[in-house]
Amino acid sequence: MCGSISILTTLGIIYVLFSEGINFFSQISIIEFFTDTAWRPFGDPENDAFRIGVAPLVVGTLLVTVIALSVAVPLGLATAIYLSEYASKRIKRKVKPVLEILAGIPTVVLGYFALTLVTPFIRNIFPGDTIDIFNALSAGLVVGIMIIPTVASISEDSLSAVPQSLRNASYSLGLPKSSTVLRVVFPAALSGIISSILLAMGRAIGETMIVAIAAGNLPSMTLNPGSQVQTMTGYIVQAVGGEASRGSLTYNSIFAVGIILFLMTFILNIIANYFTKRFREVYE
Amino acid sequence: MTLLSTPRSTTKDVAIALQTSKASTRKERLFQLFLLFSTLVGLVILVVLLVDIVVDGFSSLDLGFFTDYTSRRPEDTGIRAGLTGTLSLMVLVALIAFPIGVGSAIYLESFAPRTWFTRFMQLNITNLAGVPSVVYGLLAAALFAYILNFGRTLITGALALVLLILPVIIVAGKESIKAVPPSIYQGAIALGATPWQAVYKQVLPVAMPGILTGTILALSRAIGEAAPILVAGAVFSRRADSEPWNLTEPFAALPVQIFDFVKRPQEAFQVEVAAAGILVMLFVLLLMNSAAIVLRNRYSK
Repeated sequence: MCGSISILTTLGIIYVLFSEGINFFSQISIIEFFTDTAWRPFGDPENDAFRIGVAPLVVGTLLVTVIALSVAVPLGLATAIYLSEYASKRIKRKVKPVLEILAGIPTVVLGYFALTLVTPFIRNIFPGDTIDIFNALSAGLVVGIMIIPTVASISEDSLSAVPQSLRNASYSLGLPKSSTVLRVVFPAALSGIISSILLAMGRAIGETMIVAIAAGNLPSMTLNPGSQVQTMTGYIVQAVGGEASRGSLTYNSIFAVGIILFLMTFILNIIANYFTKRFREVYE
Repeated sequence: MTLLSTPRSTTKDVAIALQTSKASTRKERLFQLFLLFSTLVGLVILVVLLVDIVVDGFSSLDLGFFTDYTSRRPEDTGIRAGLTGTLSLMVLVALIAFPIGVGSAIYLESFAPRTWFTRFMQLNITNLAGVPSVVYGLLAAALFAYILNFGRTLITGALALVLLILPVIIVAGKESIKAVPPSIYQGAIALGATPWQAVYKQVLPVAMPGILTGTILALSRAIGEAAPILVAGAVFSRRADSEPWNLTEPFAALPVQIFDFVKRPQEAFQVEVAAAGILVMLFVLLLMNSAAIVLRNRYSK
């Protein structure tokens, strides 16, 4: 009985998202939703300014996610390799709690960090008007910092699970440590590493407060990291802030956006699980 | 498969390594330095963040900051509504999530038959842990606030957080129960206990510190979350605090209030007042985490 609460939660999420989302698609054509390239869902639907294409939100989300991954993947993997292959037990014991603290910082705090510290900093580096006050770059960088622990800890687990005999074989062939790590241990741990990156990507896509604070509220079809964007999660927060009443188009649109968000992260998680299982099967 | 493909590249490496054995010592050093530097980035950022918050927030921290409601003037504003709301949420979420989470963990670990359905349930719990927190807010907003007609109230916010952290508690609980030596269970059974008595009277007390630690850590994660309760209906204004313990009243919470401060146009709010709010929230989280660590250390022998 107690165990089935997780199933009920999943079913609840799916039921709620789709039942409220269906209301939306009875008002708005699903083709327009996926093909139109502007997102201006407020105001009168009869008005010309009213546009309901979700693409700008998806593009904004992906832009922030790509920036975040380009921070977190190199730093997270380097941290994982250092901890698993180079660090002494003493250093490991000191660094791992720091990563845990970093992972435990509420994201609204990281949003504050992005807006009041990172944004002024990058606006100083690129003077003029190249960087908006709210911009994808600052939000993406901080989302990247947020997911470093995810990449680092899962990758470290899978690197540590590689049998010592593989390393010894590589040394006995005369390979230096760096080549052993990069060409023997790293490929052997690859499925766990891929899984860590996919999980981190899911977290970046679903991250809400950092982008709501630092990325802005202007849905735009742009890949320019210096400009203001809006992500799917950012839109949900903005629309809720207007206290949309149930049944209104704005209220229903939150759930339509929620469906895409849920499906994207759910699929990423399922693929990540598949890779995790594979690395367990090989070594355990 | 990856295992089989490695020897091919290693033969090439040996040749390269033998040719460049002198230069390679320096390359080794550089590589290790690069790794160390990358590891330190996270640490340095954490220090910068904490120092920045203390420097910006400390001046706004006075008694009035704890006893005042929000105001349009930064010097008069306070976090009373958020702090009481967060404390109410904490108690409520713990009261609801702990029994359900522990019950699920016991069932899955000790009693559930190993069928496809249990495996499916396990997989489902893992996947739920990866669902973005804002989606739990959507679930609560629609299901509890409107369909069950609780409105955008304290209980709706609490239930959103309960659903968010249940998978975490269940996983932590299962791990702790699994770590109990099977001999304890078998000993109880051998002495004539029923399976239920063996689990409830023997296994559970041993596993409890681990379960409690996991629950407190999950709870501290929930308390810092702004997105789900924002969507489930948390408000910023003082009307949130007429009766902080009343389940059917609107509610505020610290992270939501910090979000409100950061979004205001005046710099005094955006920087100083927000940082002061963050300091209070981080202090609450620190207390919870310390409690978890003390528990873990006391019982780890």
